[in-house]
Amino acid sequence: MIEFKNVSYAAPNGREILKDVNLTINERFVAITGPNGSGKSTMAKLIAGIIVPASGKIYFDGQDITDLGITERARMGISFAFQQPVRFKGITVKDLLSLAAGKDANVSEACRYLSEVGLCAKDYINREVDGSLSGGELKRIEIAMINARGTKLSVFDEPEAGIDLWSFNNLIKVFENMYSRTQGSIVIISHQERILNIADKIVVLSGGGIVECGAKDEVLPKLLNVQAECRFAKEVK
Amino acid sequence: MDKIQRALLEQVADIHEVPQGAYSLRINGSLYGKNSSENIDIVKKEDKPGIDIYIKDGTKKESLHIPVLLSQTGIRELVYNDFHIGEDCDVTIVAGCGIHNGGAEVSEHSGIHSFYLGKNAKVKYIEKHYGEGDGNGRNIMNPTTYAELDEGAYLEMETVQIKGVDSTDRATKAVLGKGAHIVVHEKIMTHGKQFAKTEFEVELNGENSGAHVVSRSVARDDSEQKFISRVLGNNKCTGHTECDAIIMDNAHVSAIPEILATDPDASLIHEAAIGKIAGEQLIKLMTLGLTEKEAEEEIVNGFLR
Repeated sequence: MIEFKNVSYAAPNGREILKDVNLTINERFVAITGPNGSGKSTMAKLIAGIIVPASGKIYFDGQDITDLGITERARMGISFAFQQPVRFKGITVKDLLSLAAGKDANVSEACRYLSEVGLCAKDYINREVDGSLSGGELKRIEIAMINARGTKLSVFDEPEAGIDLWSFNNLIKVFENMYSRTQGSIVIISHQERILNIADKIVVLSGGGIVECGAKDEVLPKLLNVQAECRFAKEVK
Repeated sequence: MDKIQRALLEQVADIHEVPQGAYSLRINGSLYGKNSSENIDIVKKEDKPGIDIYIKDGTKKESLHIPVLLSQTGIRELVYNDFHIGEDCDVTIVAGCGIHNGGAEVSEHSGIHSFYLGKNAKVKYIEKHYGEGDGNGRNIMNPTTYAELDEGAYLEMETVQIKGVDSTDRATKAVLGKGAHIVVHEKIMTHGKQFAKTEFEVELNGENSGAHVVSRSVARDDSEQKFISRVLGNNKCTGHTECDAIIMDNAHVSAIPEILATDPDASLIHEAAIGKIAGEQLIKLMTLGLTEKEAEEEIVNGFLR
């Protein structure tokens, strides 16, 4: 599905963020995790084409997409849910869902996308996606848009951030339903154990490189162990 | 009416034919037709071009159309329309000017509209400006609006100028009595070498009066916009003006706000923002499959909706 070959990326200030990363993603749910600043969001942006690698190649379904723009990649079947959703003056929830679906979303379709993320279509469909919506509401609308697109590859950058307790189980259900429709890959950048727990594969980034990559059963216990071995936690004990 | 005039009418008033009910239609510098209704009386002025409109007390759910069309090049006119709106009315007034200038001369329509709203009268006033043409003649519109709102009156003004007007100098002045409110929504898009200036002045003289003025504009190409607002709080009142502009290409936009309070219970706010389309907005729409150009159009259309 998506493949990174020797991909490096440096920030505009010259700081190297990803170093020679090699990764293949074909699984249903793939979680990318790691400490702050480890390059997780950078990977997501590289997949969506928002930034381009300094060196290396990115392939989507075997095709070299390294030099393709955001639009072309979106049309090929890549979706990207932002960590911090964007606000628009005058553009409504319905407009965004229609743009995402590639056709005028009717009320029942919009209702399906919105109810899945716990929003009532009646209350939201004509709302402007502006400062009047809370961070959590925007986050859900962002996820609904990816749902409306229904592409082969969906990348979520910390979808759980700002989402309340209610939504956690629902969020996981959203991913499961999305998969049953698209039969594609869902890549989720997350720190949440409960999200890592549904992953088929976990990729751990640290210091700009992959330090762990494998099946959940293999990687997750190690991650939880690291937490258990924390010196501070021990001292507290 | 010919085909061009019908198309202009559709642009400025969303109608295809002579409107139903009360109307006054002005084409190429003279009155084409008018119709009074039981409650709305339209009288042609004798001393100068224009009309007097008298709306009876208590008139509800009625509308009045007063479009102006110019399809000959070189017509320059100044028209005076006075609206006398009775107490407790609830009416919609649709004005607007459409110019098709196929020649090389200047076409110009300047309308001076005066509104006198009686006690508790409620008026929605919609004004659309539209210009087109294949000649090199310039289209000029200079609307002036003056409104006096008596106790408890409410005026909602919606003004739209999206295309084809080369030069606009809009002046709006309102004087509000006790408990009166004015709400203004202005939308402007300029392109090419167009120039648009709007100037709002609201005097909040009555206790508990209020004004809410929102201007959204997009300036493209080499166009120039100037937004001036002045809100005077002379009593216990609330005033809010907001100017929000998207600037593109080589355009120039200036916003000059003034809020002036002479009463300690006056609460006045002004907000002004000028900026280009946010990069992240473009990126978001591009990740949905839109090209950069399509994303830009979508953002501008939404902003001016």
